[in-house]
Amino acid sequence: MSDIKYLPGKEPHPREHRLIFKNIDREGWNPSIARYLEDGGYDQLKKAIAMEPNDITTEVKKSGLRGRGGAGFPTGVKWGFIPPKNTKPVYLICNADESEPGTFKDRYILHQDPHQLIEGMVISALAVGAHTAYIYMREEFPEAAITVEKAIEEAREKGFVGKNILGTGFDLEIWVHRGAAAYICGEETGLIESLEGKRPYPRIKPPYFPAALGLYMAPTIVNNVESLCHVKHIIEMGGEEYAKLGVERNTGTRILCVSGDVKKPGYYEIEVGKMTMRELLEDVCGGPKDGRSFKAVIPGGSSSKILRCDETFKIGRGEDAKDLSFWDIQLDFDTLAACGSMAGSGGVIVLDDSRRMSWVLNNINHFYAHESCGQCTPCREGSTWMQKISDRIVAGKASPEDITTLEEVAYQIDGKTVCAFGEASSWPVEAIIAKYRDELTAETSEDNDRLSKEQLQREMYL
Amino acid sequence: MNILEQNVTAEKTPGEQHFPPFEISADVIALADERISHYPESKLSAVLPLIHIVQHKHGFVCKEAITWIAEKLEIEPMKVVSVVTFYPGFRQSAPGKFHYRVCRTLSCAMEGSYELMDKICEITGIDRSKLSHHHPIVVSPCGNYSVEFAECLASCGSAPVCLVNDNFHENIKPENAQDLINKYQP
Repeated sequence: MSDIKYLPGKEPHPREHRLIFKNIDREGWNPSIARYLEDGGYDQLKKAIAMEPNDITTEVKKSGLRGRGGAGFPTGVKWGFIPPKNTKPVYLICNADESEPGTFKDRYILHQDPHQLIEGMVISALAVGAHTAYIYMREEFPEAAITVEKAIEEAREKGFVGKNILGTGFDLEIWVHRGAAAYICGEETGLIESLEGKRPYPRIKPPYFPAALGLYMAPTIVNNVESLCHVKHIIEMGGEEYAKLGVERNTGTRILCVSGDVKKPGYYEIEVGKMTMRELLEDVCGGPKDGRSFKAVIPGGSSSKILRCDETFKIGRGEDAKDLSFWDIQLDFDTLAACGSMAGSGGVIVLDDSRRMSWVLNNINHFYAHESCGQCTPCREGSTWMQKISDRIVAGKASPEDITTLEEVAYQIDGKTVCAFGEASSWPVEAIIAKYRDELTAETSEDNDRLSKEQLQREMYL
Repeated sequence: MNILEQNVTAEKTPGEQHFPPFEISADVIALADERISHYPESKLSAVLPLIHIVQHKHGFVCKEAITWIAEKLEIEPMKVVSVVTFYPGFRQSAPGKFHYRVCRTLSCAMEGSYELMDKICEITGIDRSKLSHHHPIVVSPCGNYSVEFAECLASCGSAPVCLVNDNFHENIKPENAQDLINKYQP
């Protein structure tokens, strides 16, 4: 590691542990296969192709790798859900529809290190027995689509992709499929519908768990870009060795994407759980902007529940129960979940004391109102309704009762939709109201006429 | 075609002059056939790729293009329409020669992306007030420029960001809008 030089001004922080991002902003690096091979590229594929498929899955299970897309579900376990007596073709899909606000990690892998992803995909395809794989790339990455397609062609010429890979008789075709600017395509069943050429309305689970009934009703594994890249490193290190990175049940490294009100926003690859919020914000990101102080943090993409910087959380049960201050939160899946939020996609949005929470909430509401696919009524109507109420709050036209209505609408979406978008759109509202009710109420006025029920109904359908 | 007439409403925009009118040309057919070969299981899967091919060359997806895609994939035209009308990335009217997509989501908004949008509109002569949920794209009278708000372009650490056609630009402070526009001279 020590002999790797990075571009001036782009050097990793000493606290980082670069695995996936080893080649990002590296001096003399380019996305060509020649450069990748010079650096030991595709060696892990050669190693994996000699292994039994089940052994690859076992290594991934041992590694404890949890999906890096948002839900944090163990990758190896997901692979194991393919029905054992399956006779249909198996599909592997790479979810490169990175679009959760605050997240910007896959972008760099796709643009700068596409072969790492391809190698990870071929190894994963070996494990799950897939002969066709698709990379579902968001439309807003036109340059990445070209880069990755070129990389696939290069890999095909060298015999790492295509027919008879490395002379073993294993076939795998990888294709890039571009989306068209819809956030819902990041939901795995929505993605599959989109890949089938339809509107991306998510499917109901059960029965449509992709591992059993996915693309073309065949078993399908959908993994995030970063998760697939980790597979390559798990083969290199061995599952047990990989699991030594990070903390128990939260293994490996992950890329935190920090944006907003810090001195040094950017991407930082850290060992999961080996850093606290204070270390991340104060040391790694250089603290708040001059003359400002931190107010709140959205820890895992805009849908995760906001955390106040002056909060104390009660975590654990019984004898293990303890108080944990915001600053001492370990950045891993379980601690953030215990604090009532989630590690999600790793998108950390930092807000300082100059930010009005009503404005922040309104911006988030606009996003979800725009992106709701419209399949389920609570989400389609509710997300737009929430946006209209927060529009009124920001404009100073809301009455105190609007806050109550807003909260009620959020709770009527949460848990009542086909996919997790319902939660994604309502959690920010629920959390911001719960934690900043006074601030929001202060922006309302009893003088503002309360809207009548009829007016409210009309407003909803406008 | 009747159903299409009723359901597809293309507005004429000044941007149209910058794009060749839709025709079934040899290069489009070749690109389409290549894409269709990626989906041996189902031709329907090639709907999005084919729409991309048409939109990339002709600026937007017109009725004739929808009919052609439907025939090519042996599906009903309404299936193509349902896709074109759902995805915000597909257009039914021509954008300007240079299409600016400014990210409006939280991290970019905090760094001034709304002000950046105002500046771009001011410089390019676009009526900012026309930009709304129902009119996501506004084209300048000369047809050279158009603007649209994009939802999170996934580069929050270098906000504000925007796409100009297929080119990505980061750290574009509102005061630097003129420099950005200078890079794309009609």
